[in-house]
Amino acid sequence: MADNIFKVEIITPDRVFYTGQADFIELTTVKGEMGVYKNHIPLTAPIVPCKVSIYEGEEERVAAVHSGFVEILQDKVTVLAEVAEWPGEIDINRAQAARERAEERLKDHANEIDVKRAEYALRKALTRIDVSDYKE
Amino acid sequence: MASMRDIKRRKSSIQSTQQITNAMKLVSTVKLQKARSRAEQTNPYFNYMYKTVASMLARSQNIDHKYLKEPETNKKGVVVITSNRGLAGGYNSNIVKLVADGKLKKEDLEIYAVGNKGAEAFQRRGYSVKESVPDLIESPSYDEAAGLCSRVLEAYENGEIGEIYLVYTHFKNTVSQVPTMIKLLPVDVSEIEVDEGDSEIRMNYEPNEIEALDMIIPKYVTSLLYGALVEAVASENGARMTAMDSATSNAEDIISDLSLKYNRARQSSITQELTEIIAGANAVEQ
Repeated sequence: MADNIFKVEIITPDRVFYTGQADFIELTTVKGEMGVYKNHIPLTAPIVPCKVSIYEGEEERVAAVHSGFVEILQDKVTVLAEVAEWPGEIDINRAQAARERAEERLKDHANEIDVKRAEYALRKALTRIDVSDYKE
Repeated sequence: MASMRDIKRRKSSIQSTQQITNAMKLVSTVKLQKARSRAEQTNPYFNYMYKTVASMLARSQNIDHKYLKEPETNKKGVVVITSNRGLAGGYNSNIVKLVADGKLKKEDLEIYAVGNKGAEAFQRRGYSVKESVPDLIESPSYDEAAGLCSRVLEAYENGEIGEIYLVYTHFKNTVSQVPTMIKLLPVDVSEIEVDEGDSEIRMNYEPNEIEALDMIIPKYVTSLLYGALVEAVASENGARMTAMDSATSNAEDIISDLSLKYNRARQSSITQELTEIIAGANAVEQ
């Protein structure tokens, strides 16, 4: 088991959000969901607002991460995110409100840029709502 | 010699000024500590970002990309970070001097001023101040930095400006802050240092290299800007602390000088009074 462990770092502009170890992590890049084990090929990819799950043995940690990119090396995964939150840090009411706002905007989709922005906001809100269900 | 009352009045006025400068010194000491720990927390993100972008660019030397190509226009955008308030020694004027005395031509510059003092100084000197965002320096947030950054990048992408510079005060330590100018875009590939070990790994990019650059370079610029903002806040408070410290000790010097003068004046007035009384008594005796 010990051979499968690699380093994980999640860094945001305001703090080092998480540093630790994992044997498996899940996240979503612009290309879609992906899971990373040790000795993954080196890869750099932008991520979309998503739930990041970090598995270490039986333990699972979940965080909401918005916009940034991930750098995967064979023995290390680094996520540079603009915003990252643990379930306990999420303001669920605000996320719900943001979700409703975004859905409203998508309904009367005025022009393309607004749709993109609303979709992005919706993604963020849904990620937050999803992640806040997990207990630490 | 000035009268006793004049000296006394002057002394008490300086004493109250000293109280103010001393209080300001204490306030900026506390603010400095906060700003400093914040700057330290920002560092890992910034360093990692720099490392990633550096190794990306080092491996793609000849790539044709909008953020790397030679500028087509002489116009240059300069983001200048100063404070909103004065009384910080040479903090603001050093920044303004660095831009004004630098090799950049005045006509070519479009100033994006963060902080009132810089905006005022450049307007007075006749620079074209495109935007002034005084709030950003009060409590820098990443979101707001990203907002400013996207506006500057838009001007760059539209071809309004060909180069982007960032001017801020680098926080070396509590007593020494260095005004610094760095070129943000186009990224100077030749100046980037890469560890040998890093470049050996063959990195893959998703969806592809160009799109990854498209997305990462704006983030890189934003993180530089945000890092500079946070550092500038620390520098401002450091500069103010030093300035107020020397103002307080100057006031101390003047006060001790005035106390000496006051005592001398008091002594001489007593002597004079005594002489007068003795002379008067002598006259009565006779």
